[in-house]
Parts: sequence; structure tokens; C-alpha cells
Amino acid sequence: MMAIVSGAARPPRPAHVLPGYRLTLGYTLFYLCLIVLIPMAALLLRASELGAAGFWNAISEPRLVASYKLSFGASLLAAMINTVFGLLLAWVLVRYSFPGRRIVDALVDLPFALPTAVAGIALTALYAGNGWLGSIIEGVFGIRVAFTPLGVLVALIFIGLPFVVRTVQPVLEDIETELEEAAASLGASRWQTFRHVLLPLLTPALLTGFALAFARAVGEYGSVIFIAGNIPMVSEITPLLIITKLEQFDYAGATAVGAVMLGFSFVMLLVINALQSFSARRLGRPS
Amino acid sequence: MSAISTVAASRYERNSATRETPWLKYTLLGLGLGYFALFILMPLIAVFFEALRRGWGPYLAAVIEPDALSAIRLTLTVALVSVPLNLVFGVAAAWLIAKFEFRGKQFLLTFIDLPFSVSPVVVGLMYILLFGANGWFGAWLAAHDIRLIFALPGILMATIFVTFPFVARELIPLMQSQGKEEEEAAIVLGASGWQMFWHVTLPNIRWALLYGVILANARAMGEFGAVSVVSGKIRGATNTMPLQVEILYNEYNFAAAFAVASLLALLALVTLVIKTWVEHRAADGQGAGAAGTEKPA
Repeated sequence: MMAIVSGAARPPRPAHVLPGYRLTLGYTLFYLCLIVLIPMAALLLRASELGAAGFWNAISEPRLVASYKLSFGASLLAAMINTVFGLLLAWVLVRYSFPGRRIVDALVDLPFALPTAVAGIALTALYAGNGWLGSIIEGVFGIRVAFTPLGVLVALIFIGLPFVVRTVQPVLEDIETELEEAAASLGASRWQTFRHVLLPLLTPALLTGFALAFARAVGEYGSVIFIAGNIPMVSEITPLLIITKLEQFDYAGATAVGAVMLGFSFVMLLVINALQSFSARRLGRPS
Repeated sequence: MSAISTVAASRYERNSATRETPWLKYTLLGLGLGYFALFILMPLIAVFFEALRRGWGPYLAAVIEPDALSAIRLTLTVALVSVPLNLVFGVAAAWLIAKFEFRGKQFLLTFIDLPFSVSPVVVGLMYILLFGANGWFGAWLAAHDIRLIFALPGILMATIFVTFPFVARELIPLMQSQGKEEEEAAIVLGASGWQMFWHVTLPNIRWALLYGVILANARAMGEFGAVSVVSGKIRGATNTMPLQVEILYNEYNFAAAFAVASLLALLALVTLVIKTWVEHRAADGQGAGAAGTEKPA
């Protein structure tokens, strides 16, 4: 249909049969600029005004460096834990029937739907020294969770939990049982089948879920600040320090750290895009 | 749309090649469900337990207290403004990307995704740098006595940013997979653009649209980091519900904090129920739509 219309009327320029190209293009670009691009440009330009030396000084003070270590370290660890247990949970949801399976399946998305401040105070109540879990962990192992870096880890595990489950689950459902039947008939053990047949198919989805969980965790604020205790040099996360700097009217410092975090978001977005197209290719689907 | 388990697990459990020995199966089940209970179920239960710890009387008193009511009103206002704006944007962007070919499309898609990966605190910071006292437009705004930061407009802008991609993200893959034949047929048969959209496009995308809207709404009502930077946290004026939770909690008024938090947790549960329902409707609708039995409501 397109070919007939454009061929008959105006050969050099493809005519659109459908209306609204200019309207939606104009509106999309206008709204994108207004809401996303101009504010981002403001942040990057303000950061560039600091100059290389000023920028470096602003982002390399010891309290900030300690916060990078905590934010990135805890996020990495939380994403790794969620990769292992997310795969396990996806496996259980796809492969086993048990009472309440649909409820568990729906509730896995709770960290996406529950406001982060609510998650933060709930986790703090649970893991504080007098909480249900905190009292057991402190009594049995002598370890404090709330108001330590361990508390940060707990909050980041919570908010990252759905990512790996939701990336792995559809792939696991799509794998044909014939693959495992073939492996079993050739004498493979269940573990060998998992390790050499299923795991390679799941790897792109696992990596994507890991990257999504990691990116989300580094920027997370609401669920962490209540349980972290926010002790300088020990349990302060990087986003909290941006707010601290703003409260002290240190706009230059806040801008520099914000630019670093924005740069990290860009990089993670590119990594995730690359992983998703890798994933789509691996599964033989158009992306 | 995210995953729904449409495959019956029994097809794996009956097949000797795809099942594990019972002890392994129950170990995996126990570990998986234990992890779920520890990190999802217990925090959820804790919210309601702490909220009702002193009984229903103090709970209701905390919920209808003036500052709490003002926070509820503000949160509803923010959602009522930001969700429709992003809905219109989402439909426009999805129409553009799914129905037309143009250069830079992949680039545009990446920018639409960007708000998902930016830290909420950085979002708030951006708007402070634009409209705050020290920002690009700060002097001009102050001279004209316009307050955007530490006022409703700032809260709205931050919320619109963080909920920006939800509707577009749901619609784009669906509309791409649907192609443009149906709409082209409508136009060739003489439908106006509006008739085509209302009678052809909208019925095809309504479940994905609803799905995007409820997710955007949940995020709009629950956003904390971005809003806390730009709100100024003025009680009874610029406090949204999540900020009210924080203030009450920091004042050691735990029962009231958890009472307001429990309303947000209820919102989250309602969101998940509607989301699950829409996923099942959409899964059913795909079959029905293909058979041509979909009727306009």
C-alpha cells in the first residue's frame, strides 16, 4: 500500500499514509527536551563550569570516596546475590506447582510498586536490634544489621529482587523440554543438563537482570537511608551526600557528584541496551 | 509487559527428563520461597503490623490528622497531573516510533529510557540547578515572585521526570508488533485521523495503556528521592505521603509513620492486583483479538 501511494504521487519522498507524523514528532521532541534534556544539560553545563581541577577536587574528597566504595560495593554484592536467588526463584515459579504460586508470582514485583520510603522503614523495623529478624541475627550471630553497611546491603537486595526473576522467567518458560529430554537420553545428569544446556541459554537474561539490578541499586535512596544509619565514612551512600551538600548550599560539590552519577547512568544504559540486543540475538528473536 | 506464568508447571513435573529428585526439588522450593519470605513477605507484613500495633483507634487518628490529610491530597494532585501528561506523551511517542521510519529512532528510544536509570536524587538536583535560588532561572523567577522549587510545580516536574517512560515503554513494543496495516486500511477507507485512533488504535492498545498508567501512578504516588530534594518538606503544604512518612519516622512517631505507610502499601497491593489482572486480560485478549472477536466496550 505504501509503495503504491508513494510510487504514484511523489516518488522521491516517501509519503506517509498514516497521519500525525509531524504532530507526534514535534510533541515528542518538545516534551523530551522540556522534561529530560534541558535539566540534564543544566547539570552537565554547571559541572563543566567547575573546570577539570575543581571537578576532580569536588569528587575526590575522602568522605565521598568512602561513599563510592559503599554504594558500588554493596550494589555489586546485592546484584550478585539477587542473580543467584533470582534464578532460583524464577526456576521455582516456572517449574514447580505449589499452593500460592500465583500470589508469590504477583508479589515478586512488590519492590517496584512499594514506595521506597515505606520499604525503608519496614526493613529498619525488621532488622533493628529489637526487630523480628534483627533480634534473632544479633542474638545468634552477634551481628548488627540495621545502621551498618550490612543494612545498606539488605535494602539493596530488596529493591533489586524483581529484576533477575523477571528477565529470566520468560526465557525459562520458552525453553523447549526437548532439549532436556535429548540431554537426558544421552546420559547427562540433571546437573550436567543444567550446567551445559540450560545455563548457557539463560546467561544473557541473567546478565541483563544483573545489570538492571546493579544500576538501580547505585542510584537508590529512599529504601537505604532509614536502615543505613548514615554514619560518615562508614554507612553513607553517594546519593545521600548529594542531598547533604545541597543542604549545606555546596551547589558545586552536589553538581560534580550528580554529574558523576549521571555519567554512570549513561554507561549502564548503554551496557543494558547492548545486553538486551545480545539476548535477543541469542534467542533468535528480532529485538 | 512483564512475565506471566502461563505454562503449567505440571508439564515439567510429569516429565522424567525435566524434573528433579524430590529432595532437590523441595530444597530449591524451600530456598526460593525462604528468600521470598525474608525479603518480600516479611517487610510487607511488618508495615501493617507496626501500623496497627496500638490498635485501630490510634491508626485512624494518625490517618485523618490534618497534616496526613494534606499529604494525601497533595499526593493525589501530583498523580492526577503527572500521569495524564505522561499518558499523552507515551501515546504520541509510541505512535511516532511504531508507525514511522526516521533517522535517530534508536537514539530517541535510548533517551526515553534514560529517566529509568537516573538516580532520583540526581533528578531533584537537576531541577534545583535550573529553578532554585542559585539556578539558571533562579534570579528571574525570584524577580517575578514565582516559586517553582519548594512548591507544587517543582514536585510535579520531578514526578513527571521519574514516571516519564512508563506508558511509552509499554506501548512501543506492542504497537511495533501490531504493525500499521489496520490503521492504513482505516485511512484508505476514509476514516479521519481521530476516528482511526479512537476505533482502531485505542482498542488494540488499551490493556498496555492501562498497564503503563497503573505503574506510572504507583511510582508517582510513591516517589521519594526526587521529590524530597525539591519539596522543601513544608508540613501541610509541600509534603507528599512518602515525605510525611519520613518526617513522622524521624520524629520517632513510629505508629503514625507506619499508619501513613500502610496506606501506601495498600496502594502497592492494589497496583499489583490490577497489574496481574491486566496481564491475564492481555494474554486472553491476544487470542481473542487474533480471532477477530474483540468488540468495543
